Amino acid sequence: MLTGAFALVFFYAPDDADQGFIQKIFYIHVPMAIVALCGFMAGGVCAAMHLRTREAKWDMRSYVAIHISVILAVGVLVTGSIWARASWGHWWVWGEPMLVSFLIVFLLYATYWPLRFSIEDKEKQSRYASVFAIVAGTFVPLNFTAIRMAQQYVHPQTLATTTGGMPPKFALTFVVALTGMTLLFLTLCKYEMASKHATFRLRALRRRLEGDDDELMLGGRSAAPQL
Amino acid sequence: MRATVAALLAKEFTLEWRTRESVPAMVLFSIATYVVFHFGLDRDRVTGDIASGILWVTLLFAAILGLNRLFVSEHEQGGFDGFLLAPVDRTAMLVAKAITLFSFLCIVELVALPAFGLLLLGPPLTQALPQLVLVLVLVNAGIAVVGTLVAGLAIQTRARDLIVPLLALPLLVPVMLGAARSATPLLRDGGAGALPGNWIAILAIYDLLFALIAYAVFDFLLED
Repeated sequence: MLTGAFALVFFYAPDDADQGFIQKIFYIHVPMAIVALCGFMAGGVCAAMHLRTREAKWDMRSYVAIHISVILAVGVLVTGSIWARASWGHWWVWGEPMLVSFLIVFLLYATYWPLRFSIEDKEKQSRYASVFAIVAGTFVPLNFTAIRMAQQYVHPQTLATTTGGMPPKFALTFVVALTGMTLLFLTLCKYEMASKHATFRLRALRRRLEGDDDELMLGGRSAAPQL
Repeated sequence: MRATVAALLAKEFTLEWRTRESVPAMVLFSIATYVVFHFGLDRDRVTGDIASGILWVTLLFAAILGLNRLFVSEHEQGGFDGFLLAPVDRTAMLVAKAITLFSFLCIVELVALPAFGLLLLGPPLTQALPQLVLVLVLVNAGIAVVGTLVAGLAIQTRARDLIVPLLALPLLVPVMLGAARSATPLLRDGGAGALPGNWIAILAIYDLLFALIAYAVFDFLLED
């Protein structure tokens, strides 16, 4: 799907009138940003489910969603700054609300791992991480509205243009790219969950094989939730 | 609920009065920061947006000092266990801690604000004092609510004094933004400008929303 989207980006969608070829980064940057933000909020929702049901699988889902979203967020910051360099002439533009609020959100979520790592007790760790995920998840939209009110609108308002002024060829490519990115996100989540499951299963089996004592040796250092 | 909060508050203030741990440190810190700003910027007087920036950054960092200490006595001396054993609403702890932090910040500002007027601020402090107090109250409320939540989150971690600023700074960016924007016209040379109403509204809404979030999740931080 994503490959299809890229094919469309390069061969189907016409070049933008005033930005030319560089405008094509838009099809990666914007879906990535939207998916990352939705991922953060999904992490918050899963964390709320975890606090309600106390099942480890919800904590795991929240952890994985936030993990993948942070990786996407790095991609968003990099592509956004490339795009800014190309179209506004600077790597970083402070007057630009989306970029700045994205950086703030990224900085906030980067604290998720130090927080998890520095709590020893597993049960407490997942509870505190969930509280953090809920707070941060609600902070995401709040922060965006606040920053957006603070500055003038330099950023192209993508969501407004999809309904309004975007020509159909752009719109189609954009929708395909967005779907592709969402599917990529879901697949990555699924892979990470599967790999975590396999690791824990393997660890449990090995522990049973070798007796219960050497858990520490096998465990390594990880702050990921355990099932 | 009200009686519990009152009891907890009395405990907090007695503790602070006897140990004198947080408030004097915060006051000293903010004055030292003014001195650092004076040399860092190499200016004798500041006005307008720079003045408002210095004021808020200083108060924010002083508040973070206080945040680090907020739950320490509970954590180290078993206050949490005692509180959980008592048959009272857990939200009382949130309310009491937030009020404590709010009043600590107010006390700090009683000293830090005149010091700012004396040391750095160009235009006289009195020109817009009532409006500035309104902004200060809203900022203090925001810091108190967000800060109590963050301090509660960080208290169980090993790297407490590291986690608190890392969490609190991004979460308080909207508060700082609103505070800086509303205070800039108040501190201009040649008379105070009007207070921008929309920024005051944003500050108030942010405080309110975070108070709701804190109310919703704080219980989970306290069960053991």
